[in-house]
Amino acid sequence: MTLSHTIELSVNGRPRTADVAPRLLLVHFLRDTLGLTGTHSGCDTSQCGACTVLVDGAAVKSCTVLAVQVAGRTITTVEGLAQGERLHPIQQAFWDAHGLQCGFCTPGMMLTAIDLLARSPHPAEAEVREALSGNLCRCTGYQHIVAAVQRAAAAMRPTEPAE
Amino acid sequence: MVPAEFGYVAPRTITEALALLERYGDSARLLAGGHSLIPLMKLRLAMPSMLIDLGEITELRGIRDDSGTLVIGATTTHATVAANELVRARYPVLAEAAGQIGDVQVRNRGTIGGSLAHADPAADLPAVMLALDAQLNICSPAGARLVAARSFFEGMFTTQLAATEMLTEIRLPPLPARTGTAYQKAANLASGYAIVGVAVVVTLDSDGAVAAARIGVTGAGAQPVRATTAEAALAGRVPGEANLSMAASAAGHDIEDPLDDMHASADYRRHLVAVHTRRALERAIAAAG
Repeated sequence: MTLSHTIELSVNGRPRTADVAPRLLLVHFLRDTLGLTGTHSGCDTSQCGACTVLVDGAAVKSCTVLAVQVAGRTITTVEGLAQGERLHPIQQAFWDAHGLQCGFCTPGMMLTAIDLLARSPHPAEAEVREALSGNLCRCTGYQHIVAAVQRAAAAMRPTEPAE
Repeated sequence: MVPAEFGYVAPRTITEALALLERYGDSARLLAGGHSLIPLMKLRLAMPSMLIDLGEITELRGIRDDSGTLVIGATTTHATVAANELVRARYPVLAEAAGQIGDVQVRNRGTIGGSLAHADPAADLPAVMLALDAQLNICSPAGARLVAARSFFEGMFTTQLAATEMLTEIRLPPLPARTGTAYQKAANLASGYAIVGVAVVVTLDSDGAVAAARIGVTGAGAQPVRATTAEAALAGRVPGEANLSMAASAAGHDIEDPLDDMHASADYRRHLVAVHTRRALERAIAAAG
């Protein structure tokens, strides 16, 4: 019954193959099997959003997804955002706007924000708040987080061609 | 929390999935988005010995027009439903409700068919399915049958689905001209679940009177219901203060046995049904123009 399944997937641009038990949750696969501990396990009940990662570009809570369900998919975790020493615009914006206090919720916040900005490059403040409603910050630093997402939106917007 | 051990299989076609379901019977569960089932398995409230993952079955996903009927595949996500142009244009009440389920991440995984088959009494979509008079296509190795949403739900977490059956499609009949819709809910502030949710579909005739009204209510009782007394109070009348008040109040009383729990008392649920029915009716009538 506990036969493991071989899954192949892409994580942060790198192809990975692993034998996993069907009951292994994606969050544990990322943290324990691959050692990508930037994905945090918070509430473990799909409420807090700390474990958010992108599956084929869509933000999902990895505590509520089985690793076997993402065979063949493309996963992005917080470790996949920076290009070498160059921070992703969302990371730079969280830095610049001080969009974090303790940092526990930050990876999930940033990945959810990337999902939002891909769908809606010019989000109003209310839209940012609604999009982040599945990510809890217990430092209650929401004001700076929302500001950071809006700052990232401005930075990621394609520049207008010069006259 | 970790689920109990189970076997896992991911068929590629509906036919394969049905054969597996027949083979494993009651010990198997179908896995769609997993946003109800996986939490239950982590809590060990559900301990299937075999999971049949529907995620690789492309024929179960997507939204298409079938001669005016909109057909939504069972494993289409809430996010896809909420953003779909056909849904938004023809059944705005469904886009509105699907866009309020859980949060972004939940809507990216949770599916319309999974939600309906799970039949959580506090789910949003059952109310919408009743108001839209949806037909549900149910397949088994013996063939397919269409069941009206109205007779699909049998109680808390209980539907017409037999152990060897699978919900494959949601079929929405076209709405007449001059039809307006709206979904209103009193959401639990922490979970977003509907303490009560009211979906309304109203069609006006050329005199501005109500030609047809369907009111689906979720969250209030063990299963979603149509508020039929309220619907009757509107039929044939030009909407006005008197009959809207009467209909709203009747909707509250259409809930025969309201849930009474830590979220809301039975009386308060009836009150919420009346309030949200009134608000939904006003919006739907305005939209019907």
